[in-house]
Amino acid sequence: MGNFFDRISGRKRSAKSAKERLQLVLIHDRTDMTQSELEALRDDILSVISRHVDIDPDAVQIGVEREGREQRLVADIPIRSVTRRRSG
Amino acid sequence: MSAKIVTITSGKGGVGKTTAVANIAVALASNGAKVCCIDGDIGLRNLDVVMGLENRIVYDLVDVIEGRCRLRQAMIRDKRLPELYLIPAAQTRDKSAVSPSDMVRLGDELRNEVDWVLIDSPAGIERGFKYAIAAADQVLVITNPEVSAVRDADRVIGLLEAEEKGSPSLIINRLNLNMVKNHDMLTAEDVIDLLAVRLIGVVPEDEAVVVGTNRGAPIALDDKSKAGQAFRNIAERLQGKDVPFMDLSDQGLWARIQRMAGRK
Repeated sequence: MGNFFDRISGRKRSAKSAKERLQLVLIHDRTDMTQSELEALRDDILSVISRHVDIDPDAVQIGVEREGREQRLVADIPIRSVTRRRSG
Repeated sequence: MSAKIVTITSGKGGVGKTTAVANIAVALASNGAKVCCIDGDIGLRNLDVVMGLENRIVYDLVDVIEGRCRLRQAMIRDKRLPELYLIPAAQTRDKSAVSPSDMVRLGDELRNEVDWVLIDSPAGIERGFKYAIAAADQVLVITNPEVSAVRDADRVIGLLEAEEKGSPSLIINRLNLNMVKNHDMLTAEDVIDLLAVRLIGVVPEDEAVVVGTNRGAPIALDDKSKAGQAFRNIAERLQGKDVPFMDLSDQGLWARIQRMAGRK
């Protein structure tokens, strides 16, 4: 019965919330890094890289990914194309 | 004889460490192994009542460590299984009475006496946890499929890795099959995915566990109990047998009728 009421009320099943919340909490517990520290790191990385190459700061994605019990800092930093910059 | 020393720990309290130790010990001893349990929760003695041995205590863990009795004198023999022993925790002392090296020494002495030593760790990650894991060859982390217990289990697994105890195995205890079916409880797969460790057993929630504890008779002795079966399977996996995981989906008569009627 609970399922039916969840469906009509649009409430998310609690197991899904538990898993999503735990995924985030565990990343922070394991890396000992808060969201604001991650943002500070992101700003530092961007300032260093943009001294050498032209990048689009808005397209940059930096986050922590898990692989088993290992945490990995993953950065996706698109470089601005030289030709596109000239034409644009 | 050279015993294997296994510590059961959890971080969070109340997830079933003591119940698991009592039941796995009973299951191992029923399989013919010689087993000694140690209640590591000094000041909060409990394994004795769960095993139904509270009236037989003369000496305790701290008495052995401080040399007031011989090891053999502190090993209380179980009522039902002649090859099962308990070394109870001291009740009037605190965790400072024992150090990690005390436990290593005791473990080494016990290795010559029995096949298995099971240590019931106190909750928390402080001194009690540290001495409880000091002598362990293998650590089992027990958790419930519930956010706070899983989070604490993750912390403990991280600490065990930092202490170079290797990767522990996980027991998921008190899985409520109805709640899982209604998507209101994490599944065993969810917990394994989050914690990324090896699974050694899933114990379904079972009222018989409380009844067994009330009587001081661990349910691993009860052939009909599903939780008892889950604990017996864990014992066999510890002994190196490749036991398939129980099918915990709803196998009741009503569920089968519904399935036959095509309603599921």
